[in-house]
Amino acid sequence: MPDLVPDLAPTPGQTIGPFFHYALPYAGDCQLVDPGAPGSIRLHGHVYDGHGVGLPDALLEIRQADPAGRVPTVEGSLHRDGRFTGWGRCSTDRLGHYWFRTVEPGPTRDGGAPFFAVTVFARGLLNRLFTRIYLPVDDATLAADPLLSGLDDDSRTRLVATREDDGSLRLDLHLQGPQETPFLTYPRHRG
Amino acid sequence: MTTAEKLEGGLDTQQVISKEIAAIQAASPAAEPQPRLDFAPYRSSLLRHPTKDLRQADPEGAELVAPVFGQSDVDPLEADLTIQSGGEPIGERIVVTGRLVDGDGRPVRRQLVEIWHANAAGRYIHLRDQHPAPIDPNFTGTGRCLTDDEGVYSFTTIKPGPYPWHNHRNAWRPAHIHFSLFGTDFTQRMITQMYFPADPLFALDPIYQSITDPRVRERLVATYDHDLSQHDRLLGYRWDIVLTGAHATWTEPEGDDRA
Ligand SMILES: [Fe+2]
Repeated sequence: MPDLVPDLAPTPGQTIGPFFHYALPYAGDCQLVDPGAPGSIRLHGHVYDGHGVGLPDALLEIRQADPAGRVPTVEGSLHRDGRFTGWGRCSTDRLGHYWFRTVEPGPTRDGGAPFFAVTVFARGLLNRLFTRIYLPVDDATLAADPLLSGLDDDSRTRLVATREDDGSLRLDLHLQGPQETPFLTYPRHRG
Repeated sequence: MTTAEKLEGGLDTQQVISKEIAAIQAASPAAEPQPRLDFAPYRSSLLRHPTKDLRQADPEGAELVAPVFGQSDVDPLEADLTIQSGGEPIGERIVVTGRLVDGDGRPVRRQLVEIWHANAAGRYIHLRDQHPAPIDPNFTGTGRCLTDDEGVYSFTTIKPGPYPWHNHRNAWRPAHIHFSLFGTDFTQRMITQMYFPADPLFALDPIYQSITDPRVRERLVATYDHDLSQHDRLLGYRWDIVLTGAHATWTEPEGDDRA
């Protein structure tokens, strides 16, 4: 029965399941820039369950602006050729660790707090989760952010990466528990 | 609990799981648009669902712009899962096609669709898949395509088989194809599963039943479409996909174009 007027209620999500590893990961998926590229950093952390155990079967994706605050709209993420596409994918390892090699996003508006947009998928997680990983910029900029300013201090720190000695950015994600990551919903998710 | 069940690691029976599902669904408001994240009958969800409410965020910057994929990313041959190896895979050859639209009915054009699924015997080519069903040397079960200018995707493959899992005793997943989907803004990103009509396992499956409203979960079931079937060659299934609404469009980006 072709040509039905589409019913515009959204198609519901389902878990990514346990068997995505041979389908979704690909060479270079988590490497948005080449090693040694100017401004290259590592963004990494662990994904934990409600008992603090790392998830060996989670998949993270990030979407980001470039250092100038522009969000790229160029193809080439699946066969990287040096273009910065602003999107990457990482499946967690046995211990729940994820990492990306990328550059730090700039603010996309004057005075904005720069962040990575993040989606989380996992076996056992029935639908995707959205969150943000903010750069550890100055307190005033973070305090002025519309999302962060509405959170208590504890929740706020769970969205801001820490800077490690080697320049890496680190943030652990907790799907559940006392350190649970704040996860996001957006206006159009309400239908 | 019987001795046999204890030997299986103390797994609950289907009856226990089905009772839990029925109790949750009876207490659910109608038309919940997405699966429950906290859905105990799916045992793996117990420690993997957030317990706090999702926070409202106004999308900005990168959230308003989906990644872009193109011809350099996807070979058109990747849409045919029956030609990826030396010979033809075993199973019912099928085509699965439909339109990808956003919450306002606009086609999502030239966007990446990724699929993966088990072979005709219900076995994935995955190290963690211990189901002792045969691997098909001519089937890997992964495909990609780009939607066309009308938002239409199409895959040629074989019909996957149902497979057992260890959520509870004698648990079987209805046959399904995993779909990974992007829209025009990043907040539309989703992964889901497409099912086949009239599967007798629907009522028993805690993943499918985590969508508590029957009309909502039926959106995941493809339709057999005889007009898509091809003489002497394959059977056709149609499955249209609607993403959540876009906050921005390609032509009217909000906040992503700061100079
Ligand atoms: Fe599956």
